[in-house]
Amino acid sequence: MSALHIKKGSNKHSAYNLRPNFSDVTEKHTLAILVDNEAGVLARVIGLFSGRGYNIESLTVAEVDHTGHLSRITIVTTGTPQVIEQIKAQLGRIVPVHKVHDLTVEGPFVERELALLKVEGSGEKRVEALRLADIFRAHVVDSTLESFVFQLTGAPDKIDAFADLMRPLGLQEIARTGVAALSRGL
Amino acid sequence: MTREMTGAKMVVQALIDQGVDTVFGYPGGAVLPIYDEVFQQNAIRHILVRHEQGAVHAAEGYARSTGKPGVVLVTSGPGATNAVTGLTDALMDSIPIIVLTGQVPTFMIGSDAFQEADTVGITRPCTKHNWLVKDTADLSAKIHEAFHVATSGRPGPVLVDIPKDVQFASATYIPPSKTPVGHYQPQVKGDMETITELVAALETAQRPIFYTGGGVINSGPGASQLLRELVDATGFPITSTLMGLGAYPASGKGWLGMLGMHGLYEANLAMHGCDLMINVGARFDDRITGRLDAFSPKSRKAHIDIDPSSINKVIHVDMPIVGDIGHVLEDVLKVWKARGRKVNSEGVAKWWRQIETWKEVNCLKFASDEKSIKPQHALSRLEALTKDRDRYICTEVGQHQMWAAQYLNFEDPNRWMTSGGLGTMGYGFPASIGVQIAHPDALVINVAGEASWLMNMQEMGTAVQYRLPVKQFILNNERLGMVRQWQELLHGERYSQSWSEALPDFVKLAEAFGAKGIICKDPADLDDAIMEMLDHDGPVIFDCLVEKHENCFPMIPSGEPHNKMLLGEVSLKDAIGTKGAVLV
Repeated sequence: MSALHIKKGSNKHSAYNLRPNFSDVTEKHTLAILVDNEAGVLARVIGLFSGRGYNIESLTVAEVDHTGHLSRITIVTTGTPQVIEQIKAQLGRIVPVHKVHDLTVEGPFVERELALLKVEGSGEKRVEALRLADIFRAHVVDSTLESFVFQLTGAPDKIDAFADLMRPLGLQEIARTGVAALSRGL
Repeated sequence: MTREMTGAKMVVQALIDQGVDTVFGYPGGAVLPIYDEVFQQNAIRHILVRHEQGAVHAAEGYARSTGKPGVVLVTSGPGATNAVTGLTDALMDSIPIIVLTGQVPTFMIGSDAFQEADTVGITRPCTKHNWLVKDTADLSAKIHEAFHVATSGRPGPVLVDIPKDVQFASATYIPPSKTPVGHYQPQVKGDMETITELVAALETAQRPIFYTGGGVINSGPGASQLLRELVDATGFPITSTLMGLGAYPASGKGWLGMLGMHGLYEANLAMHGCDLMINVGARFDDRITGRLDAFSPKSRKAHIDIDPSSINKVIHVDMPIVGDIGHVLEDVLKVWKARGRKVNSEGVAKWWRQIETWKEVNCLKFASDEKSIKPQHALSRLEALTKDRDRYICTEVGQHQMWAAQYLNFEDPNRWMTSGGLGTMGYGFPASIGVQIAHPDALVINVAGEASWLMNMQEMGTAVQYRLPVKQFILNNERLGMVRQWQELLHGERYSQSWSEALPDFVKLAEAFGAKGIICKDPADLDDAIMEMLDHDGPVIFDCLVEKHENCFPMIPSGEPHNKMLLGEVSLKDAIGTKGAVLV
């Protein structure tokens, strides 16, 4: 089967049909799932992942269409290409699920996470924390004489990097929202 | 016309509007208002079972034998939890079931009230979908939606949980015609491009095989008809899973018999050696494939399935077609005919000659015995004496189930009710009750083992109460036969807990329920005893004492591929390696 045979809406849309059977290589995918915002829908999605032994690296959910009562769930998951295909097909089977987008294969996309970090310290460490926060374009959203709460938005690895730098400077607590993602362009 | 009514009345009205004629159930505190409405009408017949698990299996039997959804009504808490095994069974075998459960009143939910259970939480993974209805105004629409979800796409069980205050409160009833159409509309038409690719493969294949499953039966009688037309017109061989028996007639010229772990030699070797496999509504279950990396290594594979998640789940396929079997087969036939009905007749004839040599092995032969009844012999005689009747067969789970699949022949779909995916012991007896309710004049036989049968034997009360002439054909080896067989092959003949101590006297048991009991242990008496069972107008327990240590063959040992079948008692030692031993 050549790549030219793949067309939109065809059953053969899966790019994985082009790959060797059931590769062992693990990939990270960001999925956006549009669901009816009804009771238990998140439990269905999470139950699917735990029941079938899939991984969840990050999960966010909120209602995005208040009139249509639709929520968007963003899940970052890892698995072999075959497992990722299964995850998408299994998600599609859940009755209140309207659409499953695999942002990782559908084209370029932006991925952002928000984090709040509480850093305690005084003297030079405090100044250094503020300086680094400026480099990362983190905002100070709360301050005492011995602490800051920084708010940082960015891709998950940027937040990881910032947290790593803050750790020796007195990082006490961190709260992260998980990833929200949208495809780029039209 | 819209009307104001109580939630309880809405339930009954919605069932009537959905064309339901029978409900299997068991009353309790949280469904009393609904039972009060059931009492005050005659449109729907309620069948009182003796255990909620029995209600769900009976509804499954009803659904499988009619093609219509089965309906169950049970109470909250233990009523709902007892239904869980049946729901899981129906989910695994894709059987449309609507289970209505009572729930404690909405204002008591979460308070650990009497007979409260988190029913939608417990049943979420074992239903296709479920709903807790908290407002009477939503109730009728939810029930109509439940029927739509249960019967559309890949069928399955659904559950509607109805708190007692919602049953008492009044609201406007919404008929099915005014219920908004949900977004759940599974794709039924297959991709024409892939269908054409499949047809091209049909035209050139030298060693083709149809591998069909329960999806053909679920798609309806039209799908079976189209399958028969396609198989007979192409002259290709066909094998089927346990779930798909009857879609293609056992007397048909292409028929190879069942495949899989206890499938026929010729069917499994044909699967192993084919160059084109056309999977029609089956799902490459582990009972079918055996060792995955050696499964049909040289074939191109097509897979027609209504559920996209079945495609490439365990076996990579070259031609995936998502759609309803009936629709897809219709298109396959249309394209194939339009392109001139071509097949590679020379190659296929050679393929058939090869298959004939495998058939000569006669893998189902068994040594008859004059002293004891061989289970295979019992089923061969049952087949001979009942094959021309309007017959429905149910089974429990185990050796007897595999022998029934091997030695009974099925000519039509919806005639064979067995727990395939979940393997539920205790399924067959209540299922036979559901079948008999749907087909009062037919001959309904449950082929059972004594251990499975005891798991839901309380349903004798139901059979006698409704005068259901179900025949319980128990192959009694006083063993958990399949467990014993595996212990013999895998666990050094250490028969841990696998025999049935303190069995009841089945004749007396039948009589205690007000039914007829027959015991048979001499092969010479077998035919007469079976005729006595068939001639009796009422439920019968037939205690057929069979050879106790008979093993079920052929067998693909777990962890082995199709071409490593065991045919009989020879070379059993070390047949299953340590790697296979961890598999079930």
